[in-house]
Amino acid sequence: MVKNKKTLIIIIAVLAALPLIFKSDSFHNIMVLLLIYATLGEAWNIITGFAGQISFGHAAFFGIGAYTSSVLFYRFDISPWVGMVLGGIFAAMVALIISYPTFRLKGSYFAIATLAVAEIIKQLFVSWKFVEGATGISLPIVDDSWLCMEFHTTKLPYIYIALGLFAIVIFVCNYIENSKTGFYLKAIRESHEVAESIGINTTNYKTLAMVISAFISAFAGSLYAQYVLYIDPFMIFTLDISIKIVLLTVLGGIGNIYGPLIGASILIPLSEITRVQLGGTGRGIDLMIFGLLVILVACYQPKGIIGLVNKVAKKFKKEGEGNVEANS
Amino acid sequence: MLGQIISNGLLMGFIYSLVAVGLTLTWGVMDITNFAHGEMLMLGMYSAFWMFQLYSIDPLLSIPISAAVIFVLGILIYKLIIKKVLGGTGLTALLATFGLSMFLKNLVQYLWTPNYRYINGAIVTDNKIVIGNIILGMPQVVAAIGSIAMTLIVIYFMNKTKTGKAIQATALNRDTASLMGIDTGKIYAITFGLSGACVGVAGALMSSFFPIYPQSGALYSILAFVIVALGGFGNIKGALFAGLIIGLTEAVGGYFLGTQFKYALVFLIYLIVIQVRPKGLFGW
Repeated sequence: MVKNKKTLIIIIAVLAALPLIFKSDSFHNIMVLLLIYATLGEAWNIITGFAGQISFGHAAFFGIGAYTSSVLFYRFDISPWVGMVLGGIFAAMVALIISYPTFRLKGSYFAIATLAVAEIIKQLFVSWKFVEGATGISLPIVDDSWLCMEFHTTKLPYIYIALGLFAIVIFVCNYIENSKTGFYLKAIRESHEVAESIGINTTNYKTLAMVISAFISAFAGSLYAQYVLYIDPFMIFTLDISIKIVLLTVLGGIGNIYGPLIGASILIPLSEITRVQLGGTGRGIDLMIFGLLVILVACYQPKGIIGLVNKVAKKFKKEGEGNVEANS
Repeated sequence: MLGQIISNGLLMGFIYSLVAVGLTLTWGVMDITNFAHGEMLMLGMYSAFWMFQLYSIDPLLSIPISAAVIFVLGILIYKLIIKKVLGGTGLTALLATFGLSMFLKNLVQYLWTPNYRYINGAIVTDNKIVIGNIILGMPQVVAAIGSIAMTLIVIYFMNKTKTGKAIQATALNRDTASLMGIDTGKIYAITFGLSGACVGVAGALMSSFFPIYPQSGALYSILAFVIVALGGFGNIKGALFAGLIIGLTEAVGGYFLGTQFKYALVFLIYLIVIQVRPKGLFGW
């Protein structure tokens, strides 16, 4: 555990230094998105990586966060910081409500149920006048201010807010993974029946994992809305976002706290760079190449990048003394 | 009026069923969530469109061509991609098929622009069948009949032929099937091809009354996921009935609640039914 903490602090320090070394706007843009997606990946990892319940509907929690802070700011001039916390609470409440009916389902039936919930929420937002329906909300533009979480001259504050959020989340995930709850969740993942037979209340623990996961996702959603300053149901609640979260975590290494960061560090720059270099023609070459790369990674590195890292680490371990804990 | 809505819903339901039958084959037999299923459907629609545009072959006549094209595409997808990810977890396959879906969608957009295309002047266009005060569009009726026929063919194939039985055996237990001398690799390839043939037929049938564009398969693939789960994974009869339920829900719900809520209702129906039957209507 102590070793993990050291590694985490080093990672966060490196991430904090990067935007000061590379000062280009496009690099800063990539960093903000990368950290937001890595945070979402960590959140998804709790319910799917630890507890083994595949969610295809995390866009719902992300969207609730984005909409709560945006609507409060747009309609009532309430600071996005307050909106962020309220968004987290709303998302956690929604997670609590949908947990009871959905956690009776197993495997793909559960996965499709989460997808269905997200689609229902999307449809409701599309026809909900108070949140501007399908038109979406353009956030009021104000001068750079920490209170309103809007910065137009530099992206650095966004990076540090996102990094702060990510740092808290990865420490929380590290804590959960090594706590009793974490072991219970992994027991549920490995075998639902066995977990139940040794007296774990599976529904309660899965619900707890879902609520924490939703709470975190909503924070990332609020931050995303403040960053892009415009949201509509089709871009926020889309299956594409839910799947992107799945993709980057699986790509990095599922069930591993470093996985989402590794996955996001590959996927987000890749998608942004191909978009900037090859997009714009409107002919979709960027997404074509992106899709092709995703296929290649899936075919040739099915255990995620962390699998590769572990393999290399094991080699070093064999050459070295052999008592270094390479994994976890 | 209600009769009209119900018959429209049922006609649509049969097409949903066929798309879902294709998906349930790969999902049930190979436990692979094929996110590119909708894109295979979209390619089926395009192949009918190009047959019509370039060689003036009516979509009705190009059904077998389109089925063959997507059948081959399905086998290619299996050989080039799915085979490599079978050993990993289900999520790895998902990663690959999602990448594939993105690739196909944008490849089509690159080659043939994102514009909507229509087939004008097919045999079935503008014809109607009038029964009492119910008016049925000919394209929809033909599509429904075609879908029923293809679904029956698949059911016959699965239950009466040796290959079909081998597919079922592989679905139950891959290792045992392999021990019994079934070439599971070949079975998987055929299953993927068959899944492709289903959407190839569906695509050709739909091409005469739906706009054809790169995103046109996306909605159907989400609906097909729900239909397959509603019917029970790997269950063809389940997919057939669930497709009809979804078609009806969409039409009736759209009429009473407003079209903007019809898909919300479709997903809600799934959540409700699954409470009573946690493994789908026909799951076990």
